[in-house]
Parts: sequence; C-alpha cells; structure tokens
Amino acid sequence: MTKKTEHEITRQMFEQLPVDTAATTSQRPSTTFWKDAWRRLKKNHVAMASVAVLLLITLMAIFAPMLSPYDYATQDIFAVNKGPSAEHWFGTDTLGRDIFTRCWIGARVSLTIALVATIINVLIGILYGGVSGYFGGKVDLIMMRGVEIIYTIPDLLWVILLMVIMGSGLNTIIIAIAITGWGSMARLVRGQILQMKSSEYVMASQTLGGRFSHIIAKHMIPNIMGPIIIDLTFSIPSAIFTEATLSYLGMGIPVPLASWGTLANDGAKMLQLYPYQLFFPALLISLTMLSFNLLGDGLRDAFDPKLRH
Amino acid sequence: MMSEKQPLLKIDELRISFNTYAGKVQAVRGVSLTLHAGEVLAMVGESGCGKSVTAQSILQLNPVPPTVVEGGSITLEGKDLLKYSDAEMRKIRGHEISMIFQDPMTSLNPTTRVGKQITEAILKHQKVSRKEAYSRAVDMLRMVGLSNPEQRMRQYPHEFSGGMRQRAMIAMALVCNPKILIADEPTTALDVTIQSQIVDLLLDLRQKLGTAILIITHDMGVVADIADRVAVMYAGVVVEQGSVRDLFYHPRHPYTWGLLDSIPKLDHSDEPLIPIQGTPPDLLNPPKGCPFAARCDYCMAVCHDHLPEETEAGEGHTVRCWLQHEFAPHVNNRFEREDK
Amino acid sequence: MARYFVKRLLMAILTLWLILTATFIMMKSIPGDPFANEKMILPEIRANMEAKYGLDKPLFEQYITYMNNLLHGDFGISFKYKGRSVNEIIATGFPVSAALGLSACAVGLALGIIFGILAAVKRGKWPDYLVIIISILGVSVPAFVFGSLFQYVFAVKLKWFPVAGWGTFAAFVLPTLALGLRMIAYIARMMRTSMLDVMSQDYIKTAKAKGLSGMSIIWKHAFRNAVMPIITVSGSMIASTMVGSFVMENIFNIPGMGKYLVNAVKDSDYTMIMGMTAFYAIIMIVTMLLVDVVYMLVDPRVKMD
Repeated sequence: MTKKTEHEITRQMFEQLPVDTAATTSQRPSTTFWKDAWRRLKKNHVAMASVAVLLLITLMAIFAPMLSPYDYATQDIFAVNKGPSAEHWFGTDTLGRDIFTRCWIGARVSLTIALVATIINVLIGILYGGVSGYFGGKVDLIMMRGVEIIYTIPDLLWVILLMVIMGSGLNTIIIAIAITGWGSMARLVRGQILQMKSSEYVMASQTLGGRFSHIIAKHMIPNIMGPIIIDLTFSIPSAIFTEATLSYLGMGIPVPLASWGTLANDGAKMLQLYPYQLFFPALLISLTMLSFNLLGDGLRDAFDPKLRH
Repeated sequence: MMSEKQPLLKIDELRISFNTYAGKVQAVRGVSLTLHAGEVLAMVGESGCGKSVTAQSILQLNPVPPTVVEGGSITLEGKDLLKYSDAEMRKIRGHEISMIFQDPMTSLNPTTRVGKQITEAILKHQKVSRKEAYSRAVDMLRMVGLSNPEQRMRQYPHEFSGGMRQRAMIAMALVCNPKILIADEPTTALDVTIQSQIVDLLLDLRQKLGTAILIITHDMGVVADIADRVAVMYAGVVVEQGSVRDLFYHPRHPYTWGLLDSIPKLDHSDEPLIPIQGTPPDLLNPPKGCPFAARCDYCMAVCHDHLPEETEAGEGHTVRCWLQHEFAPHVNNRFEREDK
Repeated sequence: MARYFVKRLLMAILTLWLILTATFIMMKSIPGDPFANEKMILPEIRANMEAKYGLDKPLFEQYITYMNNLLHGDFGISFKYKGRSVNEIIATGFPVSAALGLSACAVGLALGIIFGILAAVKRGKWPDYLVIIISILGVSVPAFVFGSLFQYVFAVKLKWFPVAGWGTFAAFVLPTLALGLRMIAYIARMMRTSMLDVMSQDYIKTAKAKGLSGMSIIWKHAFRNAVMPIITVSGSMIASTMVGSFVMENIFNIPGMGKYLVNAVKDSDYTMIMGMTAFYAIIMIVTMLLVDVVYMLVDPRVKMD
C-alpha cells in the first residue's frame, strides 16, 4: 500500500465523479422473516435430523400396522414372551402379541392424543391470552389471576381430577390434557400482545392510518407466530409425556388398545424377566421427545438469532 | 517532532476482526492513536465505525470468540499490552487503565450494594484494610459529587438515578487512581442537562487527579467541551486526527465536514442541518478504496480504487484523504477559518 | 416490604379458596351417589357419615361443612375403606413423600446449578456439550423409564440397592436419584441459559474492567443474578415433589402420598381425592409464599415495589 501504489497514481485519476447515491445503500440482500428463519433452520443439522426422525415415526405410525402381518390385539399362546427375532422384530408380550405392531399402534394413539390436545390448548391459549392482552386493565388482571390458579396445581393432578370425573378413555385423556395445558400459551400470547401494543412500530402503523385488521395481520400475527410455534414444539412432547405417565399409572387407554404409555407400563411389569418389552416403547417415547425438544431448540435459534450468542 | 515526550498510550496499526457465521467482519482496519499523560483524546464517529471496539481492545474486553486481533500493537508506557497474559492484564484493568460504559442503568450489578462494588476494586488492587477501602470509597463518592456518601454506600443501584449511577461508575473507575480513564459514550444514555454535568465532572477530575481520558462519543458538542485532541473514525480507520482547534477550524476530511454540518448551531438557527447521505460500507467486505468514497461529494476516480494514506496537514494533524494529494483539484473548504 | 408480603398473603388465601371451591364443585359434579357401588358399608355407618358430612343437606350447606372442616384441619375420610381418614394418610404418607421429595430437590438443585454454571462458563467446549446432552436426555426420557432402568440395573442386576421398599438409607438412594435426575436436567438447562444471559450483561463487563478474575466475576457478580429464575421455579418444583411422586412411589413401592393418591383414583375414592387435593393445594401455596420471601431476601429490587 506504500510506494508501489504511489507509482500507479496518475493525474487523470483525480477527476471528480458524480455522486452515486445508489452505491451508498446497503449491499446485503434483504429477506423476509420467514425465509430468513427457514434458511437458518436448514443450516441446523440437529434440528433437520429431528424433523427427519419425526417424519419417519409418523410414517411408520400410519403404515407399519397396515403392512405388518400381525394384528395388534391378536393373542398367540404359542409365542409368548419371545425376544426380538426375524418374525417378531421387537418380540412378543405376555399374551403373545407382536410388540412391533403394538408399538406403532401405540404411536398412532400417543401422537393423536398429543396433536389434538396440543392444537386445542394452543387455540384456547391464543384466544384467552389474546383477549386478556388486548383488553388489558382489570380484564387482564382477573384473567391472569385465573391462569395463576390453574398453575398452582400441576397439570398432571388436574388431568387426574378430570379423569376421575369423566371416566377414563381416549377422548377423556384428550379433553383433560387439552383443557389443562393452555396456561403457558395464554401467558405467552398475552405477553407478546402487551409488548406489541406498546411498541413503536405498531404505534407508527397506527399513526400512519393503518387499519386495525391490517395491524393484526401484518404486524401482530407474524411477530407472535414465532414464539407460538416454538411453544407448540415443546407442548407436544409434554402432552405425550402426560399421556404416557397416566397410562403408566393405569389411568389411561383401555385394553386392548395400546399407547406408548400402556406399552411401557406392561413392559415395566416384566422388566426383571424380559427387559426388551420395556425397551422398545421407552426408546420410541424418548426418541420422539428428544426430537421435539431438539427441533424446538432449533426453531428458537432460527426465529430469534439474538439468542444464538 | 520526534523529541516529544513518550506517549502514555500508543496504539499502532491495530487490526481487529470478528468471526461471525456470515464471514469475517473487519471492524478495525489499521488504527493508530497516541494519548499523552493528562490529555483528553476524543474518538468520534457514527455507530459501528470501530471506536468502541478499539477502546475495549485496550483492556482486552472484547469477547474472545469471535474477536481476533489481527495485528498491530497497544503499548502502555512502552509495554506491549497485547503480549500480556490474562493475569497480567487483570493488574492493568481498573488499576492503570479504567473504563466506564454507555449505559449506567445496566453497568452496575443490580444485586450488589454500590459501596461493595467500589471497595471491591480497591481491595483487588491495593493492599489496604477493609476499613481503609471503605473510607477511600466514601471520599471518592464525595469527590464525584454524591451527597450523603455513607448512605449511598449502603444503597443498591436501583435506588440511584441515571446521573448518580454514572457518577458512581466514575468513582469506581477512578478510585485506584488510574493513569487512563476510557469513557465509552459516557453521556449518550443520559438527559441533556445531566450530560453536561458529567462532562464537567470528568474535566474537574482530570484537573484534580491528572488522569488522561480517552472519550468515545458521536456528539461533536461533547468533543468541543472536553477534548484536547480528536480522532475521527470511519469504517474502521482514522480519517482525520488533530487538536480540537485543527478539527473545528481547519478540518480537511469531507467526512469531518459532514459531521460538523450535522451539529445544530445556536447563532445560525435558520440554517438547516445537513445530514450525510447514505450508510457506511459493510465491513464484511470493506471497499478497497477510501471507505467514504461512496458518500463523498468530492469523490474522484482514485478514491474508489486506493485507500489514501495518512498525510500531515500541520503539526500533529493528519488526514487520510486523496484531496491532500498534489494532483487533487482545489476544493473550497467552507469550514476553514482564522483561529480566534 | 411488609406491605408487599401482606398483599402476597392475601392473594395466596384467595387462590387457595378458589382452588378448594373448584375441587368441591368438581367432586360434586361426578354423577351418582358416592356410596352407589359400595356393598361393604353398613347402613348405620352410612347414616353416621351422611350426618357428619351433611351429605343429606343441600349443596351449599355441604360446602360450608366442607370448608369448616378444612379450617379445623379435617380433610375428610375415605368412603371406601372403613375408618381411614385423609388426615391419617397425610400423617403416614406425607413425611415419607417429603423426605424423598426434598432430598431429590436438594440433589437436583445443587447439581443442576453447578452443571449449569459449568456449561455456561465452558461454553462450546466438552463440559458444555456433556451438560447439554445430559439435560436434553433428562427432559426427553420419561421418569418411569429412568425409575425402571435404575431399578433394573442397580437393584436387580448389580444388587447394590434393594429393589423396592422404604425405611433404610439404601432403599432411599435409587428413588432419590431417579427423581433428582430430571430436576438436574431441567435446572442445569435453565441455569446455563440464565448464566449466559447474565454473563453478557454490562455489569459483568464492568466487573471485568475492574480487574476481577474469572472466578470472582462468576461467584460475586454473575451467580446471584443468574440464580433468580431458578428460585422462581423452585417453589412449585419443591412443592410438587414434596407431596409425592406418583411414578417413583409406584415403581419403588414407597408408602407416600403419591401412591395413596393413585390408589384412591383407581378405587374412585372421591372424598379421599378431594381431601388430598386440598392438602396439596395448601402445601403448594405455602411453598410459593416461602419462595416469595426468599426472593425478597435475594433480590433487593423487590423491596421497592
């Protein structure tokens, strides 16, 4: 940069140039929030592997029972407590039922419960939190006190109380999980709305004459969606967890239907003699939970790059 | 010129970059500065120009990944600080060189009493009893203008106002009587009335304690009030450096002109303020020529292709601009005026 | 500070009253007579109970009787088993559950906090990855899997500890660890995040600029601030583990509250469930209040509000 460049400097290089305003603007391409989040998520190998695992488990839950030569409820007294083999990949249980088939039936049940319950409690949460945050003031105070009361007793006990009242069964579990688990979502949505109501960009949009529906569609929803999706990814595994624990305690799905929880319960009874019977359902639950948790972490990083460092 | 006394602090050709996942950001690209004992040097420039990074690198406070010091040296009284170990640096921090930060609301630990946060610095660096440390801290709080210092010692930061917190920060920084105080935008987060009080306090303390001050600011008003010399930074390089007099009466760099245009003037209230158009370059891939070229009204072909060198424009006044070259056309400098 | 505490106390009492009322309504809304499928109960006993609990009276009077009994510390009796009362169950089951729960919490909090700090300080190095793996596994694997696994490996196979039971120290170890593991995972993850957040605060930079060493920055400046969120969650965590773990007490056959509650549910012993829920709510709310007090002591900012 010293003498060599000095030689190259010639008189004609000192001609004045017109001011080029275009060159002064930032050169980095701008992307939308969603595209940017997706780009970051795609780079996260752990999160993408979790998506793959979850897809695989879902596909297996749909197709494996159809393709399996065994029925989930048919007992076979000649093949009781058989370890994993070529005929029975995950072995058979005390009644000679094929554990592989039962595991995927269990996946159907557990995943259905988790998905339906989570969707319902997300909807309740959004509505409740939205109303509370939107109106603010006394309404907010009373509604949030309500959430606090629900929070005082852990979800599992509420679910048990509801199950006692409604009797056990698939629908009861879904309803019980759905109507007890919305507290965190309500808090989250309320917090976001309160924050947004006072934020300058919403105010700016209002002063510029932005219509209410426009503000909600263009500003509020895109900003709330990120945290909601993250919370959703963490709610699904916790619903699976609740169902599994209930079934494990013998308050879950009625026989002969299976969920991962009932399978684990059956397996645990035989743990000392046939550990494989607990191993497979436990592995599937853990793998699913793990994938959802890792995906949730990935989404959090993708939506909120600030938390990265 | 060379016979001048040895500078207290000398930064030479400092280069710093950050490794981010988007690539390497070249935040500081060859900065050289000197600070003499008892002097106030101001670093000015817009956000992201590398002034804070430069200042924090003196105490090695930049987080270590992602920061990488690529080259250059920082010498304190002839000792190269960049070669110091972490343990050696800890003896410098708060003892020889102290630092205060922009936001006094977040710079004090909210769960620790103010008094403890001050005595902690004394006990760390000086072999004195707790009692002695306590009385020194009280004296220091009184010196920075806090009333009832004994009571203040027992309080928590949230019981202080913003201005009081910045005073407490200054007390904490100066309690070990360091040779240099680095003040990173010490007035930016404060109310305008408080700002001038803090500036006055710093000047007063410089007088009493003889501390050299390196102040970082983007407020030319603060510069005029406090500084002896000024370094104007832009996109990781010092574009102009000189005495306050040089900068305000004989500025040479078009960017400095732009900064001066952006100060409101009391006597010409009808003159519009002129903002500098455009944004600074992306330091992920800095331009190979003068970084200001794209926004400069006097841009020439040479500016886009070659980074100008620092040239002398007077004693202790250097400028990094092609307009200083013998081939350059004459530009009418409307800021040039006679010294008062 | 006193005003703040009184306000909290009043809120707690209100919450408790609402929960107890809700439990009452829930239990009364169960269709049918609580004695409907009971054959064991003699008519005179039944009449006695009905009189004592006012079951033949209108609903509102029953509610008053229920609340009044609770105020006098009477949580009700079992309608399934003759002569068994909720108070008795609490007296025998609660000390067991509390001992198990509190020791699991102690293990969980202590190790969780230490692991969390370690991970944050060594961010991006192997201790960090190890803690991340442990904490993700810990929240991903259901408690009953851990419990069963511990039982199988350490009791059945290695025979280091008894398979089940209660009363000796050896029997205490496995359920405590199995219960504590989840907490370690949960707390470590939370502490790591909180610690990383605090370490990026300006006042940490100030402490560093003062010349403090890494260790004193962590303990004197970062720890106290980073541990706040842990204190917030520890209240409900301690309370909910103290009143008994449904799963662990079942696996290890421990005679605690959780096991009794699960049995009560299986037996549809409604009065028992109601009484235990009421007790549960009281413990929960008292613990939350205590946590508030601890919070006030640790965070000086609270006193001002």
